[in-house]
Amino acid sequence: MVKNKIKAIIITLLLLIGVNLNAQDKNKKTNFHVKGNCEMCKSRIEKASLKLKGVKYVSWNIKTKELSLIMDENKCKVLDIKKAISAVGHDTDETEAEVKIYESLPECCKYRDPNSIYMDHGKSH
Amino acid sequence: MRLLKTIFLSLFTSLVSGQINISGTVLGYNNDRKEILLSDVNIVWLNSTIGTSTNSAGEFSIPFKKEYGKIVISYVGYQSDTIVANRPNLGKIWLRPDKELEEVTVRKKLNPIQKSLFNIQNVVTVDSREMLKAACCNLSESFETNPTVDVNISDAITGAKQIQMLGLNSPYLLFTQENMPSIRGASQIYGLSFIPGSWIESIQITKGSGSVLNGFESISGQINSELVKPLSDKKLFFNTYANNYERYEVNTRYNYKFSENLGTGIYLHANLRNGSIDKNSDSFLDTPLSRQINFMNRWQFLDPEKGWVSFFNVQYLLDDKQTGQEDFSPKRDKFTNNYWGSEVNTDRFDVSAKLGYVFPELPYQSFGFQTAYSNHDQNSYYGFNLYDIQHKSFYSNFLFNSIIGSTQHKFKTGLSFNYDSFYETVNAENYDRNDNSVGVFFEYTYDNLEKLSFVAGIRMDSHNRLNTFITPRLHLRYALWKQSSLRFSIGRGKRAADIFAENQQLFASSRKINLLHNTGNVYSLKPEVAWNSGIGFIQKLFIANRAFDFSVDFNRIVFIDQVLIDWENPREVSFYNLKGKSFSNSLQIDLNYEIIQNLDIRATYKNNNVKLDYNSGSMTKPLQSNHRFFVNLNYETFKKYRERHWRMDLTVNWQGKQRLPNTSKNPPPYRLPKFSEAYSIVNSQLTRVLNEKFEIYLGGENITNTTQKNSILATEDPFGPYFDSTLLYKPVLGHTYYLGLRYKL
Repeated sequence: MVKNKIKAIIITLLLLIGVNLNAQDKNKKTNFHVKGNCEMCKSRIEKASLKLKGVKYVSWNIKTKELSLIMDENKCKVLDIKKAISAVGHDTDETEAEVKIYESLPECCKYRDPNSIYMDHGKSH
Repeated sequence: MRLLKTIFLSLFTSLVSGQINISGTVLGYNNDRKEILLSDVNIVWLNSTIGTSTNSAGEFSIPFKKEYGKIVISYVGYQSDTIVANRPNLGKIWLRPDKELEEVTVRKKLNPIQKSLFNIQNVVTVDSREMLKAACCNLSESFETNPTVDVNISDAITGAKQIQMLGLNSPYLLFTQENMPSIRGASQIYGLSFIPGSWIESIQITKGSGSVLNGFESISGQINSELVKPLSDKKLFFNTYANNYERYEVNTRYNYKFSENLGTGIYLHANLRNGSIDKNSDSFLDTPLSRQINFMNRWQFLDPEKGWVSFFNVQYLLDDKQTGQEDFSPKRDKFTNNYWGSEVNTDRFDVSAKLGYVFPELPYQSFGFQTAYSNHDQNSYYGFNLYDIQHKSFYSNFLFNSIIGSTQHKFKTGLSFNYDSFYETVNAENYDRNDNSVGVFFEYTYDNLEKLSFVAGIRMDSHNRLNTFITPRLHLRYALWKQSSLRFSIGRGKRAADIFAENQQLFASSRKINLLHNTGNVYSLKPEVAWNSGIGFIQKLFIANRAFDFSVDFNRIVFIDQVLIDWENPREVSFYNLKGKSFSNSLQIDLNYEIIQNLDIRATYKNNNVKLDYNSGSMTKPLQSNHRFFVNLNYETFKKYRERHWRMDLTVNWQGKQRLPNTSKNPPPYRLPKFSEAYSIVNSQLTRVLNEKFEIYLGGENITNTTQKNSILATEDPFGPYFDSTLLYKPVLGHTYYLGLRYKL
């Protein structure tokens, strides 16, 4: 009897874990690489991602170029976010911005030119 | 309005049209280490043949070529320099001789007073550099170089500096220290002098009703001061100051870090005013004799990985003031007719704690808890008037922050609890009372990530004497075009006036206190309720390649209920509830510009129109000027080896005529005109920074020696019916010079 009960509990627990593994995370944390230079880039990248439904929080680090975000996996996919970021001119590890859009970025944001990092990026406050 | 538009458009077109030129001045040092201008220096775009050379003044101007980005500056006998041409004006560029050690200084600074484009509320942030410009040494004096806030002296006896914003006196402002209500109740008049300037890291001045998180009391605005923090502050700081009127101050702090996460700081301030000054020979001291000892110990704990932040503060203060006639000796003459004198003795104890937690997995979610206790004990007499007040206060606030869906929609919600007990004695009358209130609040912040953002807050409080009421507040920001913002705000405030604590200057007069009885619960008066609405515009742009800020703000405060302080009968001061209308309209126009490199000008015009319906008729607020101009010039020389440089600062404050309270019932010698004359005050300071550790400063206040004649009425008969020190519209103290030094490690 007792053995059976334990068995049942273990099975239920395993099932629960299984369910959990399959479930879409509501507060899924990820990060990926996004190219950019400055405060202006930061704001552009963060805006583009945050506008997608399901993206709860984004923060792009100017130094490490790493974008960390929290999202609801039920509502959007990481690739969609990357596409949205490239649509405003920034390359990510999987997607690339069209030249036309890239060229329309302000001078100091043209990250493909290694010299652009030395430009004055203004102070946004 | 039309004129403004035209000005604007013309400014804009001048900016947009025309080719961008990169300009600068090239300098070097000759063999005697003297600075010289270098002419005929070669300026060439990197990897090109396009170039120019400097003129005899060392200046150059070259059309911007975005293809190249960098310019090369070369000159015989000097090392060539390659500079990124990233702004229209490169300013002064020093070339190094072929063998030289000193470095080229490239720097960009932020103005010490910052008006934000992006903040939703109309906030002016003042950092510690600005605090160094004021003569010294406490919070009330730190606003002297700031046009948003007016500094006035409350009367000719106590010398207390009071501040005003939007045409209202300081009781209508909410003061917070690190977001906990601080100067209120009993400390309203003298409290600003209880926070030493060098302990302050920054000040945030919010015009308009402000956030609901900090309570319901603010009407004209909020002033928050952040103190220096043990983990980020210098290890040691020492400041000393002396002026020609025997005012001495010593100010020191020491911080110790136990680890990266835990630090403590010991802060000590002492001041002494020892000089019996009576320059206007009216037998009364021009400035009180005073002593203050102020001690604080702060603890800070920070664990960013786990998400915990905590502060713990203890502060103790002893402040004694003596004023009145020069020959007054407290032991001999207290409560006698020999001489008129006054003593104000205060001791105050403050303890506060803060705990904050940010969920490490959810950086947008956090909670915070703040609590504070203070005991303020003031014993004082002014001539035969006795005034004692003890105010015990307990405050606590719990706050939860999170988002709805995404960080575009944030919210803050929480609970607060407040308890105040007052033991107050005015001559033979007792006004003891207890106040308590519980409140809940919710504040929603929306950001559409482009142009619009707003904060909408609401709180509900249940107060034993103000009853249960709702406080709504809204702040909105809209970006019109590049580098500009339009702001709008509206909000309600409610408060119980602590009429005696806030108007202590009345005791330094022979005026009879006339409390017109009403049906309210606070000194039989009803609480004060007002709506503050404001609209503001700010534009930042470049004119002649230098940063230029322009802003216009208009605020209107309308009182639904108000406790009027009526000085219009020279024999008495009356307190009663408003029966008709009361409003304050204020307009402020600010310009900030860097005229030449490192020379900044800050100019302001203010217009205040404050009208109240007194029982004797509708009048403008007395002792309040309609027009005010303010100009501040600030110059800094270039930093040399070990930060050696000079700083210069000049402030001119012009006040228009002020309406004086009616004195027609006085005998002719004690009558004042209907209006005071306009005047200006000039302050200046010069600082020599010797190195990164040590600096000396020399300054003058009220350099033009502008003082009020007959600042006290009937000084020859201070116990007679006409004695009055409350009719002060100009400084009492003439020009003051001071010298001080600062040392930091």
